[in-house]
Amino acid sequence: MSATETHELLAPPSGPPAAPDHAGDSAWRAAARRLRRNPGAIAGAVIVLVFLAVATFAPLIAPFDAGELPGRAQVRPTFIPGPSAEHLLGLDRYGADLFSQLVWGARASLLIGVLSTLVGLLGGVLLGVVAGGLGGWVDTATMRLVDLMLSVPSLLLAVSIAAVIGQSSTAVIIAIGVVQVPIFARLLRGSMLAQRGQDYVLAASSLGLSRRTVTMSHVLPNSISPVIVQATLMLATAVIEAAALSFLGLGGGAPTAAEWGRMLTAAQNELEVAPRLALWPGACIAVTALGFTLFGEALREALDPRTRKR
Amino acid sequence: MKTFLRVAASGAALALVLTACAASDREGEAAQSETGGSRTTFVFAASSDPASLDPAFANDGETFRVARQMFEGLVGTVPGTADPAPLLAESWDVSEDGLEYTFQLKEGVKFHDGTDFDAAAVCFNFERWNNFTGVLQSESLSYYWQKVNGGFATSDVPGLNGTGKYESCEASDASTAVIHLASPLPELVSALSLPSFSIQSPAALEKYDADGVTGGEEAPVLPEYAKAHPTGTGPYIFESWSPGEQVVLAANPDYWGDAGQIKKIVFTVISDATARRQALQAGDIDGYDLVGPADVEALDEAGFQIVNRDPFNVLYLAMNQANPELADVKVRQAIAHAIDKEALVAQTLPEGTEVATNFVPPAVDGWNKDVATYDYDPEKAKALLAEAGKSNLTIDFNYPTNVSRPYMPTPEQVFTAISADLAAVGITVNPVPEPWNPEYLDRMQGTADHGIHLLGWTGDYNDTYNFIGVFFGAPANEWGFDDPALFKAIGDARYQADKAAQTAAYEAANAQIMELLPGIPLAHPVPSLAFKADIHGYPASPVQDEVYNVITIGD
Amino acid sequence: MTRLVLRRTALLVPTLLGLSVLLFLWVRALPGGPATALLGERATPEAVERLNTLYGFDRPVLQQYTGYLGQLVQGNFGTSTRTGRPVLEEFLARFPATIELTVLALAIAVGVGIPLGYLAARRQGGLVDNGTVVVSLLGVTIPVFFLAFLLKWLFAVQLGWFPSAGRQDPTMVATHPTGFYVLDGLLTRELDASWDAFVHLVLPALALGSIPLAIITRITRSSVLEVQGADYVRTARAKGMGRARLRNRVILRNAMLPVSTTIGLQVGLLLSGAVLTETVFAYPGIGSFLAQAVFNLDYAVLQGFILIIAIVYAVVNLAVDVSYGLIDPRMRTR
Repeated sequence: MSATETHELLAPPSGPPAAPDHAGDSAWRAAARRLRRNPGAIAGAVIVLVFLAVATFAPLIAPFDAGELPGRAQVRPTFIPGPSAEHLLGLDRYGADLFSQLVWGARASLLIGVLSTLVGLLGGVLLGVVAGGLGGWVDTATMRLVDLMLSVPSLLLAVSIAAVIGQSSTAVIIAIGVVQVPIFARLLRGSMLAQRGQDYVLAASSLGLSRRTVTMSHVLPNSISPVIVQATLMLATAVIEAAALSFLGLGGGAPTAAEWGRMLTAAQNELEVAPRLALWPGACIAVTALGFTLFGEALREALDPRTRKR
Repeated sequence: MKTFLRVAASGAALALVLTACAASDREGEAAQSETGGSRTTFVFAASSDPASLDPAFANDGETFRVARQMFEGLVGTVPGTADPAPLLAESWDVSEDGLEYTFQLKEGVKFHDGTDFDAAAVCFNFERWNNFTGVLQSESLSYYWQKVNGGFATSDVPGLNGTGKYESCEASDASTAVIHLASPLPELVSALSLPSFSIQSPAALEKYDADGVTGGEEAPVLPEYAKAHPTGTGPYIFESWSPGEQVVLAANPDYWGDAGQIKKIVFTVISDATARRQALQAGDIDGYDLVGPADVEALDEAGFQIVNRDPFNVLYLAMNQANPELADVKVRQAIAHAIDKEALVAQTLPEGTEVATNFVPPAVDGWNKDVATYDYDPEKAKALLAEAGKSNLTIDFNYPTNVSRPYMPTPEQVFTAISADLAAVGITVNPVPEPWNPEYLDRMQGTADHGIHLLGWTGDYNDTYNFIGVFFGAPANEWGFDDPALFKAIGDARYQADKAAQTAAYEAANAQIMELLPGIPLAHPVPSLAFKADIHGYPASPVQDEVYNVITIGD
Repeated sequence: MTRLVLRRTALLVPTLLGLSVLLFLWVRALPGGPATALLGERATPEAVERLNTLYGFDRPVLQQYTGYLGQLVQGNFGTSTRTGRPVLEEFLARFPATIELTVLALAIAVGVGIPLGYLAARRQGGLVDNGTVVVSLLGVTIPVFFLAFLLKWLFAVQLGWFPSAGRQDPTMVATHPTGFYVLDGLLTRELDASWDAFVHLVLPALALGSIPLAIITRITRSSVLEVQGADYVRTARAKGMGRARLRNRVILRNAMLPVSTTIGLQVGLLLSGAVLTETVFAYPGIGSFLAQAVFNLDYAVLQGFILIIAIVYAVVNLAVDVSYGLIDPRMRTR
């Protein structure tokens, strides 16, 4: 599964806001106003906020520590105790409290999502700025590299990277992040090229500002909003892709690590004993991804009047 | 465009209708097979393709499983045990000095290609194994000849060059084969029950260039024989192999023994353990191996049969003495006392699994009931750690992921349970998970870079050396110690021709091992298979000597 | 048109060359190295060393690469360390299975997605529309392997409507001249085999098709909405064009253009998804084989398959662009 491609494809062919707003502030304010009127945005925002709150306050919410095994002695190969007063959603295969594991899992997902998107952003912005800013043969070379990375279906690329680094959450973060690099790079470059032709850039250049100043203080800030939208969508992708890597045995971490993808994968062996072990983490992944997708899409619509609903 | 829409819509509708038909179709089929006659095809889910169809190059369970149906060796096993029994040899005599084995062969047996099975064929096979050269000597191919015999006629590797026990084979008449050894090898008869030592048709071996393994740049490429022309004497004949999909065998119409009810065997490849279980539940297959301990009860309640093999294995926790933290025997004893084996077995291993005290299962000769044992005692563990000055011990714990072995159905669960026990006595565990093959095995066996780790072994045939010799017969990276006295004791026991003396020597070796405590034998887990309700008489065997001609299907 | 094809093909060469370098270096960076993958459970370090020498893993890197490239050009993608067969042979043996699966998945996505997206747009804000939006969102947010698992659990294990694994009922005797099982049955007049193969495809194709379905539905919907509001539609309406004619001749035809590009872009998505879906359904295609190669670190297969898939992917995209050029007159002039 690769939602990387998904979200890229969901995006309209070009991303930059049609009207470059030099003041910046009011464009964002207008966007916020539009967001408030969009039920999808509100639903997405609520999900994202709940997710962030759970991830942030996990120690306060979860009754047990991550990986703690309060019910170890009660678990048998053919029996895993279900919900009880002490364990809201019951125990898992190892005797951990399922509810606590899910709560801590939100934190792990947030970490994987944010860090991998940062990796993708940093790499992508770097390549994109170099390509879009310098132009010429640098642009061509950079875009060849981007083509190279896009010539392999994203999951295969992620798998290859994770396989080299070895089983660890760092490997997952890097693999997912690197897969995002060409997407961000291409997006930013396209966006910057579109800005280039705008009047205000021409004006700035004719005022005698250096190419670097124009790029860094005018073109880049105005090109960045599609990148922000993409980053929001990428958080959804990262959560799903981390689960896929776990499924292929590349997740890393201890068996009791509170990570949704790992929990979902492991639970497939327990369907006969306790199907809830698969359903809960599966639902958590889907809902979180849904939240970021809804919010990201709404953000795009709000920032880009052309794609707004008629 | 209207047309297009209409086509699309009708396409969708058609799909739905077809789907519905499919559903009713399948119900119809199911109803038919319940009422109409007996089924003669047996579908078994394998976890992977066989590595090769030539059993001489076989050394893994899935390859053996297929080979057992097509091939027979001189020696078989007594059903349900690991003990040797006559098969292609009706009887055998061993000379006083243990150097001459005379096999009386079954007469009137033919290979699948119509040629005769006789003493010449037996000698041809022995000579073939002993004269493997080049890439054929690699452990991934002729592992068992190398390990049992100890070498080849000639080899570029000094340790294998002419070091074998096998000397020659002589066909004194058509039905008498005599094997001459250079020095005694008491385990020979037991070892001959391995599929690797199946007797194959000399004509077919030559015709299809069985030894023509070409060492390409990167991996051995198998010859025609090993891909499409395996020719033995067994009850089933090779029919087809679609790699990644299935291997199909058909009943041998000229089989010398009981032909049986099953006329066709299909080994369908389903690599995912969950998918195998679901294929059985969905009615797509008749049975599968390595049933997860969690599924046993649910399958049983749903009307499927669970067949258990007698455990002939050991699961252990190894403690690498090359790791300075583990060099002190007090630390190893502390770890042994910290682990609650009874709880471990109850929480993570199949029902019927016994706690282990030796590195061999009780059924094996030389199992010693008086070895040192280390009862669950966290206080004593803490005291021992304090004595050793290691109260704040931190240790790497290596375990494999994504794998299920007969002796270790759920490595992650065993790891978790032991980690929790160790944490309870103040040991800090640093988990090091790795994929089973090659990383995990390579690190354990090829490097000194590991702490404590999980591994085990399933016996190939009834012989003590096949357990403790494999583990402690020579210095090994896995254990990280050098104890020449122990290595010698085990080696001497291996070649001890007198049975009683051999047993005593093995018992002593087992006691010595448990004093040294290179690792902790944990359990002898029960491996299970699952079948549809109407499969009867599956010949479960501790060494997996399971041939399907004895199975019957029906109510 | 010819120039487009030539230019794109020329661009493909450096990309593939670059990819071959990356893949080559990648395998050398693998932990454990390739030799260990060949050896069994009780391999000794000496045996590993012997194999390294035997297969040339100890030669200088540059020499190894040129050798590797030379082999690639001759169509030799190496030998699977797990199965001992040539990688290209393994790929070709399994590719028809994956083509069958992806084609059906795409057919479901197109056959359901376009009408659904169209209906949703026609009744914007209605029940169908809202339902469609929700379904298409879920399509991209539920992990594919989890969806595959749910489908299998419900329709194969619980209800028994469909088989849970494989391409063909193991007890069925069928001949396979082309490797496309559904087609084979039609060719050899073994209609039951053909049907059986189709039934095996349904669940995996549904799971695999879920993402493209979601995407195609959304694109169709937004595209139809956009066209509906376009000036030329308003003009046509003002000029008195009939409703049905307007709908079919103007709106649909114009709205389909972006949709048809999207369809071509789904191939990469389908190939990624196939790795997971085929594994869940034990479907013997290139995806499940790749997943196995990941589990066993069969480096030759990973290396070879990724390269072949990149070629296939590029060729498909080229074909899509070319056919798009044929459909859209505006492209022709370029």
